[in-house]
Amino acid sequence: MTDQPTPAPETGAPSASHGDSTFTPAFDHPLSPKERMTIDRSHMPEQDALLRAANFREVNLGYSQQLAMLEAERCLMCRNPVCIEGCPVRVNIPQFIERLRVGDLDGAAASLLDDNALPCVTGRVCPQEIQCEGRCVRAKKGASVAIGSLERFVADWAMAHPDRSKADGATASGRSVAVVGSGPAGLTAAGELVKKGHDVTVFEAFHAAGGVLIYGIPEFRLPKDIVQQEVDRLVASGVKIETNAIIGRTYTLRELRERFDAVFLAVGAGLPVFMNVPGENYKGVYSANEYLTRVNLMGAWNPESDTPVLKGHRVVVVGGGNVAIDSVRTAKRLGADEATIVYRRGKAELPARAEEVHHAEQEGIRFELQVAPLEVIGDENRWVTGIRCIRMELGEPDASGRRRPIPIEGSEFIIDCEMVVVAIGTRSNPLLTASEPDLALNQAGYIVTDEHGMSSLPGVFAGGDIVRGAATVILAMGDGKRAAASVDAWLRGEYPPADKALASVSVAATGT
Amino acid sequence: MHTVIDKAQLSPNVTRLVIEAPRIAEIRKPGQFVIVHRAPGAERIPLTIADADPDRGTITLVIQSVGKSTEDLVALQPGEAIADVAGPLGKATELLDHGRAVCVGGGVGTAVVHPIALGLAANGVEVISVIGGRSKEWVIFEDELRRAGEVITCTDDGSYGRPGFVTDALRDVIEAGGVDAVYAVGPVPMMRAVAEVTRPYGVPTFASLNAMMLDGTGMCGGCRVTVGGKTLYACVDGPEFDAHQVDFRELADRLGTYRDFEAHATEVAHRRRAAAQETAADDAGGNCLIPDLATTAERKDAAAAAGEHRE
Repeated sequence: MTDQPTPAPETGAPSASHGDSTFTPAFDHPLSPKERMTIDRSHMPEQDALLRAANFREVNLGYSQQLAMLEAERCLMCRNPVCIEGCPVRVNIPQFIERLRVGDLDGAAASLLDDNALPCVTGRVCPQEIQCEGRCVRAKKGASVAIGSLERFVADWAMAHPDRSKADGATASGRSVAVVGSGPAGLTAAGELVKKGHDVTVFEAFHAAGGVLIYGIPEFRLPKDIVQQEVDRLVASGVKIETNAIIGRTYTLRELRERFDAVFLAVGAGLPVFMNVPGENYKGVYSANEYLTRVNLMGAWNPESDTPVLKGHRVVVVGGGNVAIDSVRTAKRLGADEATIVYRRGKAELPARAEEVHHAEQEGIRFELQVAPLEVIGDENRWVTGIRCIRMELGEPDASGRRRPIPIEGSEFIIDCEMVVVAIGTRSNPLLTASEPDLALNQAGYIVTDEHGMSSLPGVFAGGDIVRGAATVILAMGDGKRAAASVDAWLRGEYPPADKALASVSVAATGT
Repeated sequence: MHTVIDKAQLSPNVTRLVIEAPRIAEIRKPGQFVIVHRAPGAERIPLTIADADPDRGTITLVIQSVGKSTEDLVALQPGEAIADVAGPLGKATELLDHGRAVCVGGGVGTAVVHPIALGLAANGVEVISVIGGRSKEWVIFEDELRRAGEVITCTDDGSYGRPGFVTDALRDVIEAGGVDAVYAVGPVPMMRAVAEVTRPYGVPTFASLNAMMLDGTGMCGGCRVTVGGKTLYACVDGPEFDAHQVDFRELADRLGTYRDFEAHATEVAHRRRAAAQETAADDAGGNCLIPDLATTAERKDAAAAAGEHRE
């Protein structure tokens, strides 16, 4: 920071653009690339670890205006912006950052919202380090531009100023689309399709929309108010949502095909996978789905809620993905003295988002790595008292490219605990798929689609976890956006779509 | 929103609510259930559909008050509404299409077995219903079940009908011969006892399991039950299973998971109700209790966590 350029004074003339007059550029003259390289990455302010481990408020506090304006100056505006290639929904990253740094917040918000239906969500939960930020040229020599933090800043500003970033209403196409599932894939598709003038109805099995964004990801990582605001914005743009509607039960897929011109299936991979070890049905063993749904959707973190959740002093969470980390940090916040992750591979193999692992460590979460569960132990009343485990060593890489864990004979040990949360993955839910024999599925029960997202049933598209298996919010959103383009082409009689920009998004999947 | 159209008290702790749910009324089949979410902050409670009227667009729910959440639900008055009703959920009962069947109902389970009895009768099956309660006032759905066929009513204390347990009456019916299947719905100990009665006779026996669940679509795994040594989900694989294969001990055990929470929440709710009634009485010049006000206050105020399972 020795030869850092002079920041512009905080007060003074309004910004050059038609944006919010309080947003002035960080510097009073355009910087040279060399000058930009001298600015260090702005750290995301966050709640103190000890404080936040005892509450459910958001960990990350968001950039202040000054931090955002300064961070925006770090972007080199590459002629070939590889960051965009790293983004499953292809956000035009340099464009919104450029508008932000000249103080044109309206323009930055409009640009971001045009590309991304749920920017407040992605700015919080995307694994940026392996996507946009992983591609950023500045990462080669130091820290990447904090694209996620900037996205969050612009998205939150847009949410706070709804009148300033309104998209123009599209002409009604006269065509209708049913979207099944209101998670990230479904909401994204709905937002894109309504922009193209189609009449969109989203069907949701639960009593509230949002899917994994409301039942799975905890409040401290993604506040439910934020998700609700995103949903409200979609509803305001014309998306209809029918809750308490289970396709395969309340309505059949056949009925939807009769009622709508096209259907997009985005029901997720909802079935929990259990460990298949003795003692798994003892009281005190939860699937992560059940544990997180009780705490998040049903609000059991709040003592005013009618829905109960068990609270252990010692809680073991089995698994190493984001769902596992969310569960263990939730247990900590619900008062666990010892909240422990049991994961059969090593730290380098943890599939969770790097920031979440880092935050968990700060909060005092214990990691029992290279350890696999053998049995849940219970007392005479079948309450959990512990989990018997075995240590593992890492052998040769397996098909996934990760080193295969091998049990070390004689290394069994017991972790005392009152609760076990199983977060080792999910699989496809047959409720909808089994009700339609003509819908082609692969061996694992996931829906088979062509490269544009259409299933074996004409006019029925699918995306998100029910096609790719458990993955991330942003990959599901990428599928939703791609499917929306395909559905639109289908409705216009121009299928397959010409634009293949989103056809093959290849970003490593790492859990939610 | 699902408006309460009609309400009746059937026994000291069992209430019947008829609510608007046109889609569910139109397509539900015997044995299916709904998940009811009274209002924001309330629990999601699975309840079997006891009856439906597709013309009026209503379904009938029969609810046993076992804690705060169910008490809140039965406190609803006609004209008030339930926020969310999702369904119909679960597999429909596999009904015999000929022969002779016994429908065994205990307590609130009598209401649950009712649509099964009617469905069997509609298939031309001879139905004998064996129902029971502690005493006369606890017997429900007797007249409704007569529409399906013969009804044998049992009371534990002999105050009405045949003295003794439903299992004794069931054994006599089976001994008389010709029973092709038994459908049992009631408290877990009753269903387990029914399974033990029919097992030596090799009569196919089905039990509707009242496991705890959140979503009813297979997502939470909370309703997992062991049937024939395999873990199955009551919500999507059931709720009815081969009673001879069900691990009833595990089911009873898992249903007790939140017993302490429920007891606490109910106690808190009752205390608040009493306090609200006192306040209401004071406001009314010490005149008398104003139950409506009290229940409203209770609904608004009741705080601590509670949980009931499906009954």
